[in-house]
Amino acid sequence: MNNTITVNCTKKNLKQIRDFVTEYLAGFQLSDILMNQIVLAVDEICANLIIHANHEDPSKYISLAVSEKNNTVKFEITDNGEAFRRSEYKEPNIDEHVRIGKKGGVGIALVNRIMDKVEFETAGTKNTCLLYKKIK
Amino acid sequence: MKITHEIKDTTIIITLDGELDASSSVILDEELSDPEIMTYSKILVDCKNLNYISSAGLGVFISHLQRFEDAQIKLIFYNMQDKVRNVFEILGLDLLMTIVSDYEEAMTIADE
Repeated sequence: MNNTITVNCTKKNLKQIRDFVTEYLAGFQLSDILMNQIVLAVDEICANLIIHANHEDPSKYISLAVSEKNNTVKFEITDNGEAFRRSEYKEPNIDEHVRIGKKGGVGIALVNRIMDKVEFETAGTKNTCLLYKKIK
Repeated sequence: MKITHEIKDTTIIITLDGELDASSSVILDEELSDPEIMTYSKILVDCKNLNYISSAGLGVFISHLQRFEDAQIKLIFYNMQDKVRNVFEILGLDLLMTIVSDYEEAMTIADE
């Protein structure tokens, strides 16, 4: 089974990424809700990388590798765009978003709440996001 | 994502069919930004065939919510799949938005 997918940085490829994750997880008999949560978390990270880190530049690529060990699935998402600055990240205040009509900024909050562990690493020009989720 | 709408008196029923992600949520935003939508008193959103929503889709609803409230337009979601409702719940949006089980309930609330 091929556990890696590489797509270029256009939003249209998010569907392909979700299908890849769904297909990988199909063998683990997860509930609909858990399956959807994991697919969502990966989608959110990939959307951020495509849109913000790589400015939807189709000549750039992101890669996703997935593996499972001891009932924990691990997603490794890499790109060569602008690194995510976690120190500058603030948890969103949803009431405030509603009040000012803000459209974005809740994706990472979803990822943090869904996943058991979220890590960002940068080595040279390569950024890696690691997501871990216990599934049993 | 396919979006259709049906008008019943002062109510507009928007039916979402497919997946609302960073790519497809743009068309929902266009639909909700149409000045004509402000002429209705109720917006019912049929989520029966909404199979997926990401933060981009949620963000579209978040960004229009206050505008509708200010204009006293009721925004009501119904027929939402559990996995989609769960995404609203993770962010506490189920407490800020009106989500009911079915069309009948949506119409009852809309008429209050």
